[in-house]
Amino acid sequence: MTRAEPAWQLFERHFGALRRARRTESALIFVSLILLFVVAAAWTHFSPATIFDGAPRIGEYFEKLFSIQPDQRAPPVAVLSWSHVFGGTKEPQSIAYWFYRFNVYALLLWQTVQMAILATVLGYCAAFVLSFPAARNLTTNRATVFVSRRLLEFMRTVPQVVLAFILVWPFGIGPLAGVLAITIHTAGSLGKLFSELNENADLRPVEGIRATGAGWLAQIRYAVVPSMLPGFISYALLRFEINVRSSTVIGFVGAGGIGQELKRVIGFNIYEEVSAICILILLIVVAIDLLSERVRHRLIGALR
Amino acid sequence: MSAAAAPALPRTTPLWRVMRLVIGVGVFAYLIYLLWLFDFDRVFTNLPGLWIIVRLMIDWSHFTEWDHAELLGSMAETVAMAFLGTFLATIIALPLGFLGARNIVPSAVFRFLTRRIFDGCRGLDQFIWALVFVRAVGLGPIAGILAIMVAETGILAKLFAEAIENIDNKQVESIRSTGAGQLAELRYGIVPQILPVLISQSLYSIEANSREATILGLVGAGGIGLRLSERIQINAWDQVAYIIVLILLTVTGIDLISRLLRLRLIDGPTSRG
Repeated sequence: MTRAEPAWQLFERHFGALRRARRTESALIFVSLILLFVVAAAWTHFSPATIFDGAPRIGEYFEKLFSIQPDQRAPPVAVLSWSHVFGGTKEPQSIAYWFYRFNVYALLLWQTVQMAILATVLGYCAAFVLSFPAARNLTTNRATVFVSRRLLEFMRTVPQVVLAFILVWPFGIGPLAGVLAITIHTAGSLGKLFSELNENADLRPVEGIRATGAGWLAQIRYAVVPSMLPGFISYALLRFEINVRSSTVIGFVGAGGIGQELKRVIGFNIYEEVSAICILILLIVVAIDLLSERVRHRLIGALR
Repeated sequence: MSAAAAPALPRTTPLWRVMRLVIGVGVFAYLIYLLWLFDFDRVFTNLPGLWIIVRLMIDWSHFTEWDHAELLGSMAETVAMAFLGTFLATIIALPLGFLGARNIVPSAVFRFLTRRIFDGCRGLDQFIWALVFVRAVGLGPIAGILAIMVAETGILAKLFAEAIENIDNKQVESIRSTGAGQLAELRYGIVPQILPVLISQSLYSIEANSREATILGLVGAGGIGLRLSERIQINAWDQVAYIIVLILLTVTGIDLISRLLRLRLIDGPTSRG
């Protein structure tokens, strides 16, 4: 005959068991993470030594930015003064000297933004069309849903730079290949988001329109689209921000925009221009992020 | 035919209607201009070229002659790069997130500066960071890892800072009321609240980065991208298609694993925190 266990002992026992289980699980997760890290590091030859070897070269880069080499052989002389930074285009390493090709860059940046605009609009149209057959609640035919979903998946999973690289062959070097690549990617990712929105649609208006004897298209047009539009547009603006960012790099494979110029100056080792372009890209990306956030908030406010 | 029964239409003045028409026509004209600017007619005239490439892509009759070990090895390298980059970024971003959170660091100036640093890391694409690091540490996967790390640190630090700002302060106060020190407050008051965000975001980032990392090789930063660009340059379109299929399979696989892990770690039976 054993005495009944007191309540506190029972609690302690259960608590201890639970705690041990959780501790073991945490330890397991920790160990497997470390293991994964070691395996991955070994596979990629990742070692701190290489990074420390490379670190001085980053310093070198900044040193070159803020110094003048009076002659090929002479050691660079560090200069950092007010008159030097704000000097004219003739003064080496001044701001004006960095940006002496500003007009070219401005034009290319404008082209980059326009690529993003066109790709977002075209991708939006394609995503809009594809999102209705891909929504389970609006399309009864299983095969249609399956095919349109796989198509969207394919369009968004192939990396767009790869797509641009391939499209440069048939469509030639220039912004067209870039626009097409971004369009396809945009259609894929927006299409998925839109179809998810559609699946949450209220079906009562659809039934109401169907009761009047309207066809599928009319049901979509009058029952689904009006309630979904604010969400669609909000997602499209978010996508536009992402597209501006990607159109800055898509030029690396010859698909137009500022990326093509950046690749060129990096190839020629023109340090000032590399930094000038990077700064410009950063500025335009941040500016468009802020602008689009404003527009989005206002639009959502106005449409609701 | 009773007009009274009809619901009231939204008021539109003629001026507003004209304005709307003008804006609509303007936007439409601008889009047409853009189509013209980017030579959109070439899409139709050059379709036969695309067709030739597609036909070459689907011909896999030389499948056994391809260097499978190299391709699969590079694919694994890409995944390893994404994992390492995101892992390091998470470790770096966590303390940075605390520094950027309003309820931890009250100084507005300091917070403004840290937030701008996050923006700077995020603003440049991973691809551009990869170029920078290829110059610094040379060709190879390490440049790619560092590029992923820097770009991802900016993203994660911002998200973590927001998560920390949104925690429930009651839990922190109750820990403090037991007389616990600062460290215990952090460990038992704040960390359990942000852990779900941390885990799910990091998993999502690994997913996204393994997709992004496939292109870093195009600038020499390691992974499958280098193989892909080689194959494109020698017009080996069948292998290009194979590599794309490999990428699709890998990305889908990682999506699946991370979804399972997320379910297990966040909504799982033993995880209550």
